[in-house]
Amino acid sequence: MASHTPLISLKHLKKSFTNPEGQALTVLDLDHFELFENEIVSILGKSGSGKSTLLRLVAGLAKPTSGTIHYQSEEVTGPIPGIAMVFQNFALLPWLTVLENVELGLEAQGMPKQQRRQRSLKTIDIIGLDGFESAYPKELSGGMRQRVGFARALVVEPELLIMDEPFSALDILTAENLRNDLLDLWCARRTRTKGILCVTHDIEEALLLSDRILLFASDPGRIQAEIKVDLPYPRDANSNAFNRLMDKIYSIMTTSERERVRHTKETHLADIEHPEYAYRLPDVSVSELTGLLEAMTDHESDGRIDLPELADSLHLDINNLFPLTEALDILRFAQITRGHLILMSAGKAFIDADILHRKQLFAEHLLKYIPLARHIREVLDSNPQHRVEEEFFLNELEAFLSEEESERLLKVIIDWGRYAELFAYDYDAGILSLENPQ
Amino acid sequence: MSIQPRYQHVATESLHKPNGWDLVALLIIAGIIAALVWGASHMDTPYHVGKPIIISLDPSALPGYALRTVLRMFIAIGLSLLFTFIAAPLAAKNAQAEKLIIPFIDIAEAIPPLGVLAIVIVAFIQWFPDSLLGPECAAIFVIFTAQAWNMALSFYQSLRTLPLEFQEAATVFQLSGWQRFWRIEVPYAMPALLWNTMMSMSAGWFFLVASEAISVANQHILLPGIGSYIYQAIVNANLHAILYAIAAMLVVILLYDQLLFRPLLVWADKFKLHSSDDDAQENVSWFYDLLLKTRSLRIFRRLFDAFKEWAINQPSVYVMQLKRLSLHAKQSTRPLKCAWLQKPLHYFSSVKPILSQSCVWAWNIGLILCIVSALYALVRFIHLYISFAEIRHVFFLGSITAGKIALLIVLTSLFWIPIGVWIGLNPRLRGIFQPLVQFLAAFPINLIYPLVVTGILYYQLNVDVWSTPLMILGTQWYLVFNIIAGAAAIPPETLLAAKNFGVKGFLWWRRLVLPAIFPYYITGAMTTAGGCWNASIVADVLKWGDQTLIATGLGSYITQYTESGDFPRTALGLSVMCIYVLVINRLVWHQLYQLAASRFSME
Repeated sequence: MASHTPLISLKHLKKSFTNPEGQALTVLDLDHFELFENEIVSILGKSGSGKSTLLRLVAGLAKPTSGTIHYQSEEVTGPIPGIAMVFQNFALLPWLTVLENVELGLEAQGMPKQQRRQRSLKTIDIIGLDGFESAYPKELSGGMRQRVGFARALVVEPELLIMDEPFSALDILTAENLRNDLLDLWCARRTRTKGILCVTHDIEEALLLSDRILLFASDPGRIQAEIKVDLPYPRDANSNAFNRLMDKIYSIMTTSERERVRHTKETHLADIEHPEYAYRLPDVSVSELTGLLEAMTDHESDGRIDLPELADSLHLDINNLFPLTEALDILRFAQITRGHLILMSAGKAFIDADILHRKQLFAEHLLKYIPLARHIREVLDSNPQHRVEEEFFLNELEAFLSEEESERLLKVIIDWGRYAELFAYDYDAGILSLENPQ
Repeated sequence: MSIQPRYQHVATESLHKPNGWDLVALLIIAGIIAALVWGASHMDTPYHVGKPIIISLDPSALPGYALRTVLRMFIAIGLSLLFTFIAAPLAAKNAQAEKLIIPFIDIAEAIPPLGVLAIVIVAFIQWFPDSLLGPECAAIFVIFTAQAWNMALSFYQSLRTLPLEFQEAATVFQLSGWQRFWRIEVPYAMPALLWNTMMSMSAGWFFLVASEAISVANQHILLPGIGSYIYQAIVNANLHAILYAIAAMLVVILLYDQLLFRPLLVWADKFKLHSSDDDAQENVSWFYDLLLKTRSLRIFRRLFDAFKEWAINQPSVYVMQLKRLSLHAKQSTRPLKCAWLQKPLHYFSSVKPILSQSCVWAWNIGLILCIVSALYALVRFIHLYISFAEIRHVFFLGSITAGKIALLIVLTSLFWIPIGVWIGLNPRLRGIFQPLVQFLAAFPINLIYPLVVTGILYYQLNVDVWSTPLMILGTQWYLVFNIIAGAAAIPPETLLAAKNFGVKGFLWWRRLVLPAIFPYYITGAMTTAGGCWNASIVADVLKWGDQTLIATGLGSYITQYTESGDFPRTALGLSVMCIYVLVINRLVWHQLYQLAASRFSME
């Protein structure tokens, strides 16, 4: 039902940040994208794929490093009256009542009190908040709070509504209820909104909601694939067509994963600019990894595990699942192919081993396949006291990554290294060493 | 009790008939207003330096004096708020102003307010030559310097830590800077600012009482108030009068606590980000409830709301209209009427970046020059009059005071940690003691110094030993609050786990409770120690009738030379105290604070 008038169009959009060393780190690199009237577009990607950055650029909350964003014919250089936003954690002001929160945007427009009040009450009515006008946000449940968030955005009658993971802070039932109500409003054309741009990390949600889904890849954030969803509303998550699309998305997202890992390995081996050890390890703990490996045996059929099924039964969304599968993949405990996970012999051995042998196996794989672990171990071995400050490694990493990302990476490898007993870490002193605690 | 039922309760009653609460609330409010007006009318009394002011020790004069004291307090707190609302937003929003304001406040916090009095009083008397307004202003200024800094710092910190999502919401919905400030920033800062204001006010009573009776350059100026009443009672060695003054002050603090402190705390709950389910202690105030129930006050509330609406939104509307006009002017093909303006405007916009850059440089250079010349002036001034040996002696006196304070902190900690933990772990006791401790913290403890002095004189005790505890009597309450709060914040599960594993006695303290309260304890001890330095100026020199007891320390050095009007020595004493406080803060407290935050915080 999309028309051909673009509501938003982006061209050659780039956003980079400068790290302490003065190097530019690109977080978002988009060549071209248009959102048309009467269209809901979802952006699906892992955390760190730049999807929230894109949303903030469109909202005029941040400025692109290069490239342009146009809203209809007007260039976006700051916030625009026709664009309103719904926030992940609601961003309601706790000292204002529901009504006052909803009125906020109209107040900013300088609308007289009577008119403002009338319009807000009407919107509150539409969004199903009737009876809660005088309540404070802290009295409301999460779902009701996000309804206030929607009302506050819709009351300014935006042509484009942008939503930053609007349902992710809610429980499953509440999220579904609110999503259905939003779709009802949209389908019945009860608001003036002509387009919705939504960021999510929930594949099913994206499929239920959108006309088009953009799959984002990381490093730098970019559009990797575009999926058209032509199913009529309301959509049935159990239908075959729905499941086929679901499989397709999993397949694309996991294929890319595999390729990226391989890709980084090949091109960066000889690359002094970006050494292997700066590879961004996924943010997972050893106990999560072990838990997943153990759970995998229950879901295995002819040596393969269907990822959508696994995600569904373990209640993992892509922010949880993909880092785990990526970690298993780079550690060579499992292999990812087109929407499936295949347990490798090392993975099987790990599952069958007892605690001590698991640690040994993990240590072996860590040294063999994780360059950062190998690097830290080599530095510690060659140091006469076998003690090195964490600052040393952080500085090394910060040459290629942001400060935050370097800290995250070191935290992950310390967790893994401690489990494998490859090295020790003293939190108070901030020192990595080969000693065992006395 | 949540906020909503209160409002519902009001809404369900019939609308226009005044209720019984109206009479009570109106009487209280009218009384307060009348009293303040009466007090204010007496401030501008004609006065000449040297003319003795007679303070009557008749107890019937006390209510009047108490009122004058309260009035000074309110003026000072008003000025402090004004300063806060100007300095903090400036520092938070302008990097250049920040460079000046924040270090200035940091240092100003370390200057003992009572020392300031000696220096500013002369200036104020010269500004208002034939009126008591000079000394009045000086006293108010002293309380201002005791209150304003931590209020401004708290506001500044809140402005700097405004959650990102609020900032983004404000930007997306295009609130103007003015709307953003009043709708988002001020409410967000309110709980912390209010708490700091109340703490400042509580601390302020001490300085107020001490600064009403000004002895400087062999002049005794007595501003009518409870502080002067006490001074006169000491001079006359009148024990009854002292007891009357203490009773009057207790009443004042009780009213302040019940009519101002508590209602405001309850009101500020509204601005907290999270509902206060986690801390079981909800603030309650009968006066706040009374005000809400009072029907006729609702007119004032409605008027206030209308005013707020107008004041917050109207300026933005005008600005928007102006913008629209200028946009219109730009778009119309007609040349602008004031075409001659365009060229300079265009020129200005092209040199603006260079101009602002050079402004930054000029500002920085100016700052450095100011600091250097101020240092030079101070060193020269002190050096001209005072020998190096004396400077060394003053530093030695400072170390004695520092040692006394350290010992006091240790002793009070040993006393209060067990009691504080016991209270903190018991919700029912906490409900009783927390308000009581807050009340005690506000009571100006210097009122009871004379009682101690008579004791020392009567039993012929050692002054150095027995006057020392006076320093900490008033400020120990900050330590107590924090110990109680720290113990209350220990997760109940952790306590149960300890019980389950049979962790008891010394192990229980060493492994569980002491580490858990450590971050809180450090905050409390830091505040208490800072207060001790201030109190030493009052507590080191004690008088009764014609006898004077002098304890060894920096405080007595400052007090003695202030009284004899020796400015270089007063300045030296103050500088040394300031240096001690700053250095100890940086070297001891901040380090411990860091340790507490990284190692012992529960998060």
